[in-house]
Amino acid sequence: MTDMTTNSAALAPSSGEKFRERVLPFILFGLVLIVIPFFGPSRTTMTLLNHIGINIVFALSFNMLLGRAGLLTFGHAVYLGLGGYFCVHILNWIDAADGGFWGNLPVFSMPVFGFAMGALAGAVIGWPSCRRAGTAFAMISLGVAELMAAFAYMFDSLFGGEMGISGDRMAGPEFLGLSLGPLEEVYWFIAFWTFLGVVAMYMFTRTPLGKLSEATRDNPERVQFIGYNPTRVRYLVFIFAGAFAGMAGGMSAVQDEIFTPESLSLLPSGAILIAAYVGGIRYFSGPIMGAIVMTYMGSNLSDYTAGWLLYLGIMFICVVMFLPDGIAGIVFGFWRGIRSPDRGHLMGKWAQQLAGVFLLAIGIIVFVEVAFRWSEGYGEVWEPFGIALPHDAILTWIIGIIPFVAGVAVLRHVTRKQEEV
Amino acid sequence: METIVFSLLNGVIYGLLLFMLSSGLTLIFSMMGVLNFAHASFYMLGAYFAYTIMGVSSFWLALFIAPVLVGVIGMGVEKWGLRRVHANGHVAELLFTFGLAYLIDEIVKIIWGRTSVNYQVPDSLNFTLFTLYGADYPAYRIFMFFVAVAMLIFLWYMLKKTRIGLIIQAALTHPHMVGHLGHNVPLVFMGVFGAGCALAGLAGVIGGNYFITDPAMAVQMGPIVFVVVVVGGLGSLEGAFIAAMLIGILQTSAVSINASLADIFGFLGLSPASEVGEITISSMAPMLPFLLLVLILIVKPTGLMGDREV
Amino acid sequence: MTKFTRAALAASVSFMAMAGSAYAEMKIAFIDPLSGPMGPSGDAAFTSYKLAFEHINNEGGINGEQVELTGYDNKVSPKESLVQLQKAIDSGARYIFQGNGSSVAAAIIDAVNKHNARNPGEEVLFMNYAAVTPAFTNEACSFWHFRFDAHADMKMNAITDWITARDDIQKVYLIGQDYVFGEAVAAAAEKQLGEKDSSIEIVGNELHPLAKVKDFTPYIQKIIQSEADAVITGNWGQDMTLLVKAAADSGLTIPFLTFYGGSLGAVAALGEGSIDTLYQVSEGVTNQEASDEQYALIEEYKQRFPDYDYYYHRAFVAAEMLKAAAEKAGSNEPIEVAKALEGLTVEGAYGPVTMRAEDHQAQQNLYISTVSKDVKYGVDNIDLGWVLVDNGTIDASAAEEPTTCEMERPE
Repeated sequence: MTDMTTNSAALAPSSGEKFRERVLPFILFGLVLIVIPFFGPSRTTMTLLNHIGINIVFALSFNMLLGRAGLLTFGHAVYLGLGGYFCVHILNWIDAADGGFWGNLPVFSMPVFGFAMGALAGAVIGWPSCRRAGTAFAMISLGVAELMAAFAYMFDSLFGGEMGISGDRMAGPEFLGLSLGPLEEVYWFIAFWTFLGVVAMYMFTRTPLGKLSEATRDNPERVQFIGYNPTRVRYLVFIFAGAFAGMAGGMSAVQDEIFTPESLSLLPSGAILIAAYVGGIRYFSGPIMGAIVMTYMGSNLSDYTAGWLLYLGIMFICVVMFLPDGIAGIVFGFWRGIRSPDRGHLMGKWAQQLAGVFLLAIGIIVFVEVAFRWSEGYGEVWEPFGIALPHDAILTWIIGIIPFVAGVAVLRHVTRKQEEV
Repeated sequence: METIVFSLLNGVIYGLLLFMLSSGLTLIFSMMGVLNFAHASFYMLGAYFAYTIMGVSSFWLALFIAPVLVGVIGMGVEKWGLRRVHANGHVAELLFTFGLAYLIDEIVKIIWGRTSVNYQVPDSLNFTLFTLYGADYPAYRIFMFFVAVAMLIFLWYMLKKTRIGLIIQAALTHPHMVGHLGHNVPLVFMGVFGAGCALAGLAGVIGGNYFITDPAMAVQMGPIVFVVVVVGGLGSLEGAFIAAMLIGILQTSAVSINASLADIFGFLGLSPASEVGEITISSMAPMLPFLLLVLILIVKPTGLMGDREV
Repeated sequence: MTKFTRAALAASVSFMAMAGSAYAEMKIAFIDPLSGPMGPSGDAAFTSYKLAFEHINNEGGINGEQVELTGYDNKVSPKESLVQLQKAIDSGARYIFQGNGSSVAAAIIDAVNKHNARNPGEEVLFMNYAAVTPAFTNEACSFWHFRFDAHADMKMNAITDWITARDDIQKVYLIGQDYVFGEAVAAAAEKQLGEKDSSIEIVGNELHPLAKVKDFTPYIQKIIQSEADAVITGNWGQDMTLLVKAAADSGLTIPFLTFYGGSLGAVAALGEGSIDTLYQVSEGVTNQEASDEQYALIEEYKQRFPDYDYYYHRAFVAAEMLKAAAEKAGSNEPIEVAKALEGLTVEGAYGPVTMRAEDHQAQQNLYISTVSKDVKYGVDNIDLGWVLVDNGTIDASAAEEPTTCEMERPE
């Protein structure tokens, strides 16, 4: 008994460790955000970066529910959408006002209003739905999302019907000398709020409420024993998650200057679920990585291949089946591995795994590309590196099957060996 | 009157089709705790398999072969996919089926093209059975009715009167106990998953030509099947049946009510010109199942007939 | 060095050489769904543009510049469209083609207006080939937007003209999807029928939920009860197909006048139930009288893209008008081309097409057609196809609608 009490003080991280683990990453993150524009990214890259920033905040807010509180939701886009819609309306009020409160409000402050609207929506919708956890909660969120999307199509004056509502981000007074017209200026706006959002959500995990939400996820009964009400904890976390999603909506309203009812539907909710999960819901930084990767792939993969949806599907299934910790799991596993004493052995294992994945990927890519050309390529033949691979040639099948089988064999071999050890 | 008769008739047939889909899902959901998001994709596969088999032989052959094929695929998915993910918890399982739905959609598009296929009612069933209030009533709908009822009786017999049924029923409520008694629970799971998928496939075979066979049919059917299962209650086929009928009739009959909210709540001063007053019951029909879902879960989380919380 | 890497190197070198030697190019971006559920309708139009610009390139391009057409997949999401639009503009495209979804079109019009205001000297033009919301060439009109498809009110004009010309149609039933577009279609039908022929009675006006109804039999039942002689609907997608299918199943064979009956897969899904039931209004159908070149074009299209049918005639017209305008202006600068496009007339395969200067709305003949057996060109790879109906030709002047547009022109 005495041992434990003395140890717990010694177990606490030293101030050096605290700095390294809790402050340094954010300083680095901020530096990266500041440095990016000096590489002179094109406007396309800027647009993409802005969307990534929005999705980082959105994915983190989603993970406050799924990763931290263990609440799976299929309707998180509702809060982003409501926050965003509110901000587009404000943009129009600013544009229409001369003087007064709206006339003097800088557009820069939009995410604050999105935050408030998201919190309000979370408070209203969360009240009935947070009484349940688990699958019931997930199903309620699905129902609510369907209902909200249907409502949005019904009330044209609020949601603008199919065409949505657009605003002008250049309206109102400038703030910090940002007119928000050119994309570079919007980048600074997004970077500022992304940084603020990430830091705020990290700080949330350090609050007693943040800790309690994790406890409620793992063992709600025990939380009740020590005198807290799990429903209340869930409800409060839900309000915060809605608020941060609304904040992402406010950022999105300024970046895209338009909101349509489909932004409340199941589709964007499903997309953010996939992004957060692929990134790794067990790490704080997982959803950030997921948002970066999935936003990039969502916008750019379709330039390279018609089968991009299929690749995304395969990738998602592979992550669910083999990498439940997602991208963050790989990154941190690698980081821990190269600092551990038997890194030589681990390196060998990783090299083998990498080779296996590479072979497997070749096999899958050959199959998918050939299949897509057979199905809708209008007689076009896939020619990677100048080698023609028509769907009816034996060579195609060889190039597809051999790497596939070899990849599976290598991966199984590695797994077996690991199990033996 | 005419409208009511038609709504009821079509509502019952639609409800039976929904039940065919949701009975498999209920079995899977209550036994394994997995909400199979890809269930409607198996429904779609059934329709496409039937279309292909009908192309080379006959509809009657397709009626038997297509569900079996879908069932075999379902078993494969359970054995090599779901079972592996099981260790990572329910969320992972759910997400696996979520991804699987994506994958099946894409593969269907590669094989059968991206637009609807010409899957038609077989000639032997393509005639008017009777005329009701001036409208022809196609024989195929009555055929659907009989297939669904036959399946219902078969399922009931299987579950209540056979040994396999007893084990499945036991596994529905006490899966661990069944395992302790020495039954091969993974095999039961695989069988139930396959059978559930086969039922969805059968629904696809008879529903595909009643509606339209295209790659979007899974997405359109998906959410509503969940609603049926959850509203009906976990582990309860009777509940699923009642919920399927309720939602089938609700959806087909509410569309024929033209009254607007202003007509109903006019006494509260709701103006028919206002945006809320304008909304008609018929335009709210598709939202009713989801409203029902949310309300049921809040009020009675066990569902209509279930005895366990979702 | 293995053979494989050597081949790879050789391939990449030759590819770079190709890219390097390319001469002056006019870049055109096509932003529409190219994957996912809506993919086919975007792809059918994309392939049409591909063929149209290929022909133009073979004849020496536009003002000596070869056209490079690139498809950008917007997944029918307005937000994603803005990303793709930025991508297109950055890659040097100054002409944007889009058509699927009024929500996307509205987003692009808004974004193009803002882009052109914020980046003078880098203007882009938006060529809308299928988004039919009347507002785009009325109160929301823009100098940078040109529409090559007849808008909803014009199509309704064609339908109501045809109905009033038929003496046997006295009772009309309106049914549509419960959202902005469905409401607009119903309102336009009511207004126009009232103005044109007061003896025609509207026996039903119904809105149903968008894309949610599985079984239309209760509605068909209502239509039968009302003894309507024809049905007008703005329905698209499964709502259109299921509606007509339910009618065929119930033995109701009156004309269903649709905007989107010709969309991909509808005839295949309906089979013979669509004969003399499914009607559509379009800017031309393959089976109508045309020149030999037009027949050759239809056949070439079908042979190149067997999944689709020659449907987007306006894609070919739009490409031709772009070329004519650029050559008239003597420049490929969007501002000059836009000015030249105003009031321009080209001779299309199914009659002349004029781009009205006041609102940038193309004026062209419209045709009412229905499904028939024994046709020259079938659709959806079955033996049914579209044929012109009696009095089915609606002259451009009859279909024309006034505009409320107050165009703001640069300088």
